[in-house]
Amino acid sequence: MGDQANLRVWRGDAGAGKLTDYQVEVNEGEVVLDVLHRLQATQTGDLAIRWNCKAGKCGSCSMEINGRPRLACMTRMSTFEPAEVLTITPLRTFPVIRDLVTDVSFNYTKAREIPSFSPDPSIKPGEFRMQQVDVNRSQEFRKCIECYLCQNVCHVIRDHPENERPFAGPRFLMRVTELEMHPADEADRREIAQDDFGLGYCNITKCCTEVCPEHIKITDNALIPMKERVVGRKYDPLVWLGSKIGRRPAPKDTPEVPNTV
Amino acid sequence: MTDIQRFSYDVVVIGAGGSGLRAAIEARQRGKKTAIISKSLFGKAHTVMAEGGAAAAMGNVNPRDNWQVHFRDTMRGGKLINNWRMAELHAKEAPDRIWELEAWGALFDRTKDGKISQRNFGGHEYPRLAHVGDRTGLELIRTLQQRVVALQQEDAASQGDPEAMIKVFAETTITELVKDADGRIAGAFGYFRDTGKFVFFEAPAVVLATGGIGKTFKVTSNSWEYTGDGLALALLAGANLLNMEFVQFHPTGMVWPISVRGLLVTESVRGDGGVLRNSEGKRFMFNYVPDVFRAQYAETEEEGDRWYTDPEHNRRPPELLPRDEVARSINSEIKAGRGSPHGGVFLDVSTRLPAEEILRKLPSMHHQFLELAGVDITKEPMEVGPTCHYMMGGVEVEPDSAATAVPGLFAAGEVAGGFHGSNRLGGNSLSDLLVFGRRAGLGAADYLDGLPARPQVPAADLEAAAAEATAPLERAGGENPYAVHADLQQTMNDLVGLIRKESEMTTALKELEKYRQRVSQVSAEGGPGYNPGWHLALDLRNMMLVAECVGMAALERQESRGGHTRDDYPVMSPEWRKVNLICSMSGDHVALWRQPVKPMRPDLMAVFDRSELAKYLTEEELPAEAAAAAPGTATKTATQEEKH
Repeated sequence: MGDQANLRVWRGDAGAGKLTDYQVEVNEGEVVLDVLHRLQATQTGDLAIRWNCKAGKCGSCSMEINGRPRLACMTRMSTFEPAEVLTITPLRTFPVIRDLVTDVSFNYTKAREIPSFSPDPSIKPGEFRMQQVDVNRSQEFRKCIECYLCQNVCHVIRDHPENERPFAGPRFLMRVTELEMHPADEADRREIAQDDFGLGYCNITKCCTEVCPEHIKITDNALIPMKERVVGRKYDPLVWLGSKIGRRPAPKDTPEVPNTV
Repeated sequence: MTDIQRFSYDVVVIGAGGSGLRAAIEARQRGKKTAIISKSLFGKAHTVMAEGGAAAAMGNVNPRDNWQVHFRDTMRGGKLINNWRMAELHAKEAPDRIWELEAWGALFDRTKDGKISQRNFGGHEYPRLAHVGDRTGLELIRTLQQRVVALQQEDAASQGDPEAMIKVFAETTITELVKDADGRIAGAFGYFRDTGKFVFFEAPAVVLATGGIGKTFKVTSNSWEYTGDGLALALLAGANLLNMEFVQFHPTGMVWPISVRGLLVTESVRGDGGVLRNSEGKRFMFNYVPDVFRAQYAETEEEGDRWYTDPEHNRRPPELLPRDEVARSINSEIKAGRGSPHGGVFLDVSTRLPAEEILRKLPSMHHQFLELAGVDITKEPMEVGPTCHYMMGGVEVEPDSAATAVPGLFAAGEVAGGFHGSNRLGGNSLSDLLVFGRRAGLGAADYLDGLPARPQVPAADLEAAAAEATAPLERAGGENPYAVHADLQQTMNDLVGLIRKESEMTTALKELEKYRQRVSQVSAEGGPGYNPGWHLALDLRNMMLVAECVGMAALERQESRGGHTRDDYPVMSPEWRKVNLICSMSGDHVALWRQPVKPMRPDLMAVFDRSELAKYLTEEELPAEAAAAAPGTATKTATQEEKH
């Protein structure tokens, strides 16, 4: 028999909701998701929680615990004081479906707007040759488990739904960067990163990096270098001169994918 | 009339893990309008948890590797009861499937000359696993997810609608397959998890790609989705399940804290140099090398250690035996009182590799142990023990097309049976998903091309399916589904687990009779909108059916082979190797019957030494002493069936 945890859980749906208090048994070594599961199994069977692997690998159980965006499966109960009341609420940036589950379809829409990996079509499968040092950076970004905690915490959209159209959010700006740094990719997404995905909205407060459960350095390794690339593209004196004197055509920018918005 | 939303597709793929996505991609590339049904969000399927890599004989690290060696390793790992045609197709096609992923944007770890790097794994003769650190499954699912998106972008450009030809229905569960009057697949019925509203996908072809059954057991490495849905759907639709007794218990799951008991500790830890020790500090695996493998494994620690740097002149350490052997050995050490404080054994990489190398090669493991157990694996050993990991058995399929016995129904990945025999080698699952996912997509497309007219849907069936699904919500005063689930898991863990005996399994089957009653009487509180209690109530039917099949087949097979270990029949029997156990529905009960294993094609038989074959086969089955191949026996078909 373990101790009792004091939980204050948001219950409700898109219409309305409120915080409800519960006392739930907690045992040594448990994480918040364990305690929520016990609550579900013993007190309120219809408590809506989205979860999947319970191992920090799938990014499903994103929620806000005492106001902080976290994965419930990777948040150990021992990080809180025994008497502390845990307030557990759904991700604030996305519309609530029920209880702790939100509608994250915004993210899937954004993913579809980014031009996909575009290799040289003459390279056949099996013929790619890339050095480890050249793939390291994009590999770091591909550690992303799409928990959308960065999307949730980013103030550009957290308190400003009006920015959801022009701003793709840290996860997808990082995806743009990942493709730009992919050694076999030939598209050029620098212009659309700025114009269509709103890279300029990011003012590098690093909140995204801070909440990333995979410890990806989103701001330092993706967003800032991408900003530098965009600037390099826009103000490249050689490109500018070449286009002025008509000797060198401006490099082709890859357009946003049609009919995906 | 119940309100049921209807969609019409050519191919409906149930499951959005590796095999489901690969099947859907193939069907769409063949011009078929395809729906992907996913119980969870797109990109979250259990495939993300695969860690070590995808096995494919590309020969990038050791050029001596080829499909024959991979085929032989797979068959050895499965104790030669594998469907050899599947093992052949897999070994031949896996490299192309991996290279294709690279062309879709996957970024595998590299060799010095810029090719895809390959790592060692249990049972694989050469370094063979394409990998990305220890998060290969994530790379695989993300690449396939992004390939689906790329196809949607093509359709957006050419047809004005990204979902014109391939659409993902996330958080949607299928509860029934619907057939026409002639017994052909006509569609799939289910519900949207967020609203609880019913949906019917009218489609002539359905691909099952729903994965395994781990959630039937208490200690498992599997995610919540692994409730045996596809197996139950196939069984209820009239398909056969093959060799359901072969359940893989992965040797290394976490044992502490209790809340993460069963969570996977990747085999890469051993592949990269980690060793198993008991409480006396002894590398006990040297005591457990079985006769069939003795020639291929090191006899001393020194030889085993030399193998990591000089595999040409040394044999591999026994920590890299196939998983069934390692799991049993760990179990024996624990039973003998030489376990770790929390009931496992020690897996140590901290004294074997420098900290930087551990962090580079095993980042997820480092993260997992530090965050969940407070253990720094660069400084101290892990505690590990066996955990229910994989279902080798599954829906019986045609190897080339993934077709089941039900016209229009296909199955690929973990839900399909046969390929892995009685024990799966690490790394063969991810390549299985790709090879047979693609083949299922092709099989479904070919089936559609040969279909004269779309099957008609009997309306009454939809009403019945809706009524069955609604029942737990409307029933008052029944049992709590969570409690029934927990009991079922405990029963399976205790009575049909890693080590089995007749008396326990007989008890289990009696218990399962009672569960049948209990499951039919559960109540779910609350309404239909995103209600996990209700969802579980519906999943219970599937888990119970699957548990019954596992129990029946395990009781029937009186030998120990691969993932099936009988305390009362500890020996592997060449006579039993000739027998496949089949489960199918007979009325409203599961029937079990025997079916002969098809004799291996002589040219495939020739990949083995005769002396090795003699360890597995009966005298009559062996090829003639001198001749390279014995003709004549391979054409006999397996039609003879013995009903039980």
